[in-house]
Order: sequence, then structure tokens, then C-alpha cells
Amino acid sequence: MKMIPKHIPQHILYVDGVTKSFDGFKALNDLSFTVKPGELRAIIGPNGAGKTTMMDVITGKLKPDVGDVFFRDSVDLTKHDEAEIANMGIGRKFQKPTVIESLTVFQNLELALSGNRGVFKSLFHKLSGEQRTQIDEVIELVGLTEKRQELGGALSHGQKQWLEIGMLLNQDPDLLLVDEPAAGMTDHETELTAKLLRDISGEHSVVVVEHDMEFIKALDCPVTVLHEGYVLAEGTLEQVQADDKVIEVYLGR
Amino acid sequence: MTSQARLAWLQSDVGGKRVLAIILAVIIVLPLLNLLVPPDSVFHVSSYTIGLLGKYLCYALLALAVDLIWGYCGILSLGHGAFFALGGYAMGMYLMRQIGERGVYGHPVLPDFMVFLNWDALPWYWYGFDNFYFAMLMVLVAPGLLAFVFGWLAFRSRVTGVYLSIITQAMTYALMLAFFRNDMGFGGNNGLTDFKDILGFSLQADTTKVGLFVASGVALILGYLLCRYVVSSKLGRVLISIRDAESRSRFIGYRVEHFKLFVFVLSAVLAGVAGALYVPQVGIINPGEFSPINSIEIIVWVALGGRGFLYGAIIGAVLVNYGKTFFTGAFPEVWLFMLGGLFVVSTLFLPQGVVGIVQQWKDKRAEQKAHAQGKTGEAVP
Repeated sequence: MKMIPKHIPQHILYVDGVTKSFDGFKALNDLSFTVKPGELRAIIGPNGAGKTTMMDVITGKLKPDVGDVFFRDSVDLTKHDEAEIANMGIGRKFQKPTVIESLTVFQNLELALSGNRGVFKSLFHKLSGEQRTQIDEVIELVGLTEKRQELGGALSHGQKQWLEIGMLLNQDPDLLLVDEPAAGMTDHETELTAKLLRDISGEHSVVVVEHDMEFIKALDCPVTVLHEGYVLAEGTLEQVQADDKVIEVYLGR
Repeated sequence: MTSQARLAWLQSDVGGKRVLAIILAVIIVLPLLNLLVPPDSVFHVSSYTIGLLGKYLCYALLALAVDLIWGYCGILSLGHGAFFALGGYAMGMYLMRQIGERGVYGHPVLPDFMVFLNWDALPWYWYGFDNFYFAMLMVLVAPGLLAFVFGWLAFRSRVTGVYLSIITQAMTYALMLAFFRNDMGFGGNNGLTDFKDILGFSLQADTTKVGLFVASGVALILGYLLCRYVVSSKLGRVLISIRDAESRSRFIGYRVEHFKLFVFVLSAVLAGVAGALYVPQVGIINPGEFSPINSIEIIVWVALGGRGFLYGAIIGAVLVNYGKTFFTGAFPEVWLFMLGGLFVVSTLFLPQGVVGIVQQWKDKRAEQKAHAQGKTGEAVP
């Protein structure tokens, strides 16, 4: 899809000392972590640990009170809005699958296809054969070939999740933020999703926020544990599960 | 929907093509029946009917403009009457300047109401309106500019949904109050009227009336084709994605506010054109056209006809206005209740309007006929 960028940054994502509070409640509290190019990373944490707020800060929906968020070492994400950040190469999948219900699978993917997003470019846009092929490739990758001409609204919950992942891929981002992709999926779908995300990583950096331990295990990647807005522990799933602090706040009780 | 074939954007639009064909037939046949058939023949179409239908055509263009933003981008404007009225005023100012010395006071330059108010010179914003082309440019620019400024402020601040509807309503109300004032220089309460001719043709002449009627039909057809082109393009699909999932569109990387602004301005310009064609046919434009209730009525037309089909808006505008003409003649006191009732009925029982009902009925029949598996639903156009 995309050529290897001219220079490979040290970090795709660099989050340092980020705090964000709502009415005195600190959703993020001195949060720091980094993601390397091509890395697959899982982020877990109980409800209210700040996972969604973290996504909002990275994608420009929220501005942090203090702290730095850098993309590809040099781009200060706190100075840009959602559309700009999306066009720089950060794709976001929502927790609730969000596809365009009254467009077909193909049209959904066409919208997400990277390229010029201007008003007049869109008005006179024509799909090239190459772009068609790319869309069809992604449709196949996410296993929706049979549903190509179906409306987004007619898909099952799992299929919508996949379509949304497909849309992210079509944006060809450097970094994918994926919020609870396995929620509401069958075991088989969950397994396929984990494989899909593993396949995607390498070429893209992928950050997955998830509750489902089976899914995390299947991802087989470094894990960051969030708690009350800060990083409680980091390491492999086994290391993290053996960590006393983690057992106390998350796995224990 | 495929985009392989050239003009596929029109070919797949069966309902739209039918409606366009009817409009085309009407604007060809009725003028002939009006001008060539003698008045005592049963086939004669009166100039009254031509004027009435001409009005409906203008309303249909206005409804089309509203459906473009509401049906496809989810922008519920309750102030679109303002753009219609601004286009109308721009045309009215041209027609006023055409009166020249034939006014009641016989002043060579100043319209009657200015003489009456003891003004001694034309306000600067009336300059140029004696030129038809300048006036027509203003028909596009005045509503377009208002929509641009208003939309830029509103969409940039992410005002959406019912909040946007309320401020559009406030906008048209504020304009109504402003235009009621005599010192605004637009004729105050009475507005602009007593028009004599347009481009040298008397507005009383049957041929002029027919000409305006045909022009309205042509404008409606061209407006439809333009809207259809827009909604069938990728831009149209971005609009739909904004309607269905605004934040998804943003995170894909589309500047939602730019797309909204584009379609809002386009819609306002279309509404302005409708207003400009309307005014010479009814012979008056006054601040009442800015009244909030007018803008709400447009929404009823679109809702009843079927939102998000474009041609549904045309059908709705004609149906409701025909009903209005009939009932305000036959039972004037019940019309407003009927209008309210129509809105309730269309919201409760016809969520997709008349067009939606027909579509559902057709789908059902096709399904029964085919009862084969694998039949996929047609994409929303």
C-alpha cells in the first residue's frame, strides 16, 4: 500500500506527562507511554481508567491540560484537530461500530480511501481502476466480499466492526487506534480479528484498547495497564498478570 | 449504484426522470394551450392557472434546495424562506427600477415609497439594480453570501441538530423585523410592488406570464440536475456520511464544516433563484416572506413528499400547495389545522413521505414477484 517513509521515526507516538481533568476529576493523570513504528500494543484497564480519554487526546478531540503528545517524533498533536490528525495518518476505530449505514460496504471503503479530502475534489472525483482494486483487496482482507453491495446498516455487529477496520486500513494510517474491536463478537470472529490486527501491525503501528483477556492473549503483544489515568504496569501479558499492583487493582478483589 | 456508465447518476434515478418528464411536458403543453387555444375552448388553460402553476414550480425549486441539505446532509434549516425572500427582493429591486417615471409620483429614479418617505437620493445599495444582469448576479450573491457567513460561523462552531434549526429560525425572524423597518430602504411593511415590466416585456401580458412560467420550469429542471449531480458524486456520499455519522466522517479526515458550508451555500443560492422567479409572477415581495412560518411550511412539503429523494421534495411542494390553494378557497378557516395535521400524519405514518410509501409498496411487490433469494436492497440514491 504505502512505501516505507523516508525516515523511520524513533517513536510513532510519544505521550509524556499528559493530564486531563473534567470538573476536577482527573481522567488522565500524568500519563506517559510510547509506541514504536510497526508495534502492536494492547492497552487494558478497568472502566474509568482513562482509555477513551487517551484516544480523544491523541486524535485531537480533546486538548490535554498539560503534557506532550507527539506523532512521528516531531508533530505536536495538541495543536491539530480531528480532520488534520486523521489526514496525517492516525486512524481511529470507535468502541461502538460506526459505519455509514445508508452507504454500501464498497462506498464506505471508498470514502475512507486515502487521498484528497477537499470539497471540490470530491465533487469531481472519479475512482481509478487502481483504487477499485485496492478497495476490493481490503474487502477481501476483512472478509466482506459477499457483502460488497450491501448497505452498512444491514451488516451484523461483527461485520460492522470489520468494515470499520477496513475503513481504517483504507486511510492507510501510520497508527491505528482500535477501541474494543472484539466487543460483541463470537469466539471465532474474535480469533479472526486478532489475526487481522497482527497481520496489519508491522506495516502500521496498532494500539488496541481491550477488556477481553482471551483476545489480548491472542494478540500476543506488549501490554500497558492503565489505572486512574496513569500507567500502572507495562510488559508481556504474563509479566503484567504477575504484577502485584495489577492484581490488586484490576485482576484481584 | 454503479459509476461505470457515463451519466449513470441520472440513469439510475427512475423516479426523478419521471418527475422531470412531467415538468417538461407541463411547460411545453400548457403554454400552447394558453396561447394558441381560444379562451372559449374547453382545452384553454387560463393565465390564472399558468400563474398558479408557475408559483408551484418556484416552491418546488425551494423545496429541492431544502431537501439537498436536509435530506442528504441532515441540516434542518428552519430559515430557508430567508434566502428565498432575499432572491425575491433582489428581483423586486430590479423590477422597481424598471418602473421609472411610471410610478404614482412620477419620479425618474426613486421608487414611490422613497418619494413618499421624502428621500432625496437613492441609497447606495440600490445602485446597479437598473441593470438586469447585475440584479441577477445579486439574486445569487445576496442569499449565497448570507448563507456563507451564517454557515461559516455556525458550522465552524459545530452547531448542529436542533440548535442549528433554532438559530436559522432566529435568522429569518431577525431579517423579517429588519425588512419591516422603513429606514432599511426596502419598502418596509408594503415591500416592493406595482411592477410594470421585466426586460421590457409587460408583466400583464399573457406571453410574459407564460415566459416566466417556462423559465421557472427550466430552472427547476436545471436545479434538479445540479442537485442530482452533487448527491451522486463522492461529495454526495460524504454528505450522507456526515448525516449518518458526523464524527466518523471527521475521523476519516473530512472537514465536515467545509462540506456543510458548500452544500448550505448552494442550497441558499437555489432558494434565491426560486424567489427571484416567484416575485414577478405574484407581483409583490414583502417582509412577510421572511416569516418563520413560511420556512416551516417548506419543511412540511419536503417531509410529506419524502425526504432524501430530491424529486420527493418537488412532489411534496406541489401537492401541499395545491391543497393549500384548494382548501384556502373552499374552507379558509381549516387550512392551518390541516397543515399541522399533515405534519403530524407525515411524521407518524409517512416517515419517508409519499415517495417512500410508493417505494415500499414497489419493493414489496417486486419481492413477492421474485421471491428468489439474494435480492439486495437498492442503495439510497
